[in-house]
Amino acid sequence: MKTLWWRIFLLALLLCGTAQAEVDVPPLKQRVTDLTSTLNAAQTQALDARLAAFESGKGAQIVVLMLPTTQPEAIEQFGIRVADAWKLGRKGVDDGVLLLIAKDDRKLRIEVGYGLEGALNDATAKRIVAEIITPYFKRGEFYSGIDAGVTAIIKVVEGEELPAPMQPSTTRSSGSDMSSLQTLFAAGIFIFMLGNLILRQFLGRLPSGLVVAGLIGGVAWVLLASLVWAGLCALFVFVFSLLFGAGGGGGSSMSGYSGWGGGNAGGGWGSGSSGGGDFGGGGGGFGGGGASGDW
Amino acid sequence: MRALWILMVTVLLSGCGYNDFQTNDEQVKADWAEVLNQYQRRFDLIPNLVNTVKGYAAQEKDVLIGVTEARAKVGSIQATPALINDAQAFAKFQAVQGELTSALNKLMMVTENYPQLKSDAIFRDLQAQLEGTENRITVARNRYIKSVQAYNVLARSFPTNLTAMMFSYQVKAVSKAPAVDFAAPKAAPAK
Repeated sequence: MKTLWWRIFLLALLLCGTAQAEVDVPPLKQRVTDLTSTLNAAQTQALDARLAAFESGKGAQIVVLMLPTTQPEAIEQFGIRVADAWKLGRKGVDDGVLLLIAKDDRKLRIEVGYGLEGALNDATAKRIVAEIITPYFKRGEFYSGIDAGVTAIIKVVEGEELPAPMQPSTTRSSGSDMSSLQTLFAAGIFIFMLGNLILRQFLGRLPSGLVVAGLIGGVAWVLLASLVWAGLCALFVFVFSLLFGAGGGGGSSMSGYSGWGGGNAGGGWGSGSSGGGDFGGGGGGFGGGGASGDW
Repeated sequence: MRALWILMVTVLLSGCGYNDFQTNDEQVKADWAEVLNQYQRRFDLIPNLVNTVKGYAAQEKDVLIGVTEARAKVGSIQATPALINDAQAFAKFQAVQGELTSALNKLMMVTENYPQLKSDAIFRDLQAQLEGTENRITVARNRYIKSVQAYNVLARSFPTNLTAMMFSYQVKAVSKAPAVDFAAPKAAPAK
């Protein structure tokens, strides 16, 4: 009796654990990832080679992932998580496609990157899923189904005009997203601050602070169209211009600049892509386009 | 000494999170624009869908009218990017879009009873587009919720909340998950 209760308890514990955990996104190592051991090595390699050849010819990145289940998530939720993590397709071109198969759920999905939503639109993706792939899957012919699906996807993507591969991709400018007005304004304040240092040599601290604060206030008034804000800005600049160099004399200002320049250059921009021989996503974006189906 | 002051100003400007606010704010705006974009896509899809269903299932008047009316309600609200800063208008917008979602769900359930409609090629394409669009809306909304979350954490936690106060940056409205309508009619059993 005791062992029975113990077993029920263990079972409950087990169910509890499986019900909660989301399926982890597997690492992206090759173009065809089969976690169900449905495809044999030769089939996986053949598919991989086809997709690799297509990618080097056209630039678009097509990847297949087959796994037992996506539960407790729906295949759409899991699909976008994988797409976000793998970042298939080139950055800025967003020409990635993910063919996702959840074998035990008997569900599949084609996840389409932003850049291919025109050619491989929802209706086309649905047709590939429902009319080309699922008839094979219903008969248990997984390799043939995936192969036919990949062929169909390649054919559709082939018809889309994409930038040629291997050239420096046309990335969107992805710097800071400050609006131009604010950038301009911040730059203006800095220029005036520096101007203040020079002006001070001729006018003295207090007058030069007043002049700069007045100028900033005027600019702020024009840009922000608010007298209150302009006043605040002017006050802010005035206080700072007084604080600026409160300790030192007039002479050593240039040493300050060089110190500033040196400090700024240190950071540098890390290059985002790995660039090595290893296979990986190119930084493409997905927005949930595509179609799902079951068999 | 002067170098020290310049350093302090830089640290102050970036340390008070001013730039973070700008970056996050732009992210929220961009994500919201994407949400609106996808809602608009759904809005544009509906007339075709209703007409196609009418061709096969004209007797489902109530459901069809329900969708048309819900769409008209959505059309009557001006969906501007400024909506995110007005909690009340935002809630209304979400409610109206939610009504349209449930009206569309009812319509798609009803279509299950019309095999001829379901085998119509145009209808199947439209259905795929609607499904895709609903999924895009979900994705866009989730991204929006995440970016609003990041913004609001910035606006509320110390010391960046002081910056928020100084420049009067408000906490933004979070798009709530749609209320689940358990009373929604189930699909009729297959005949």
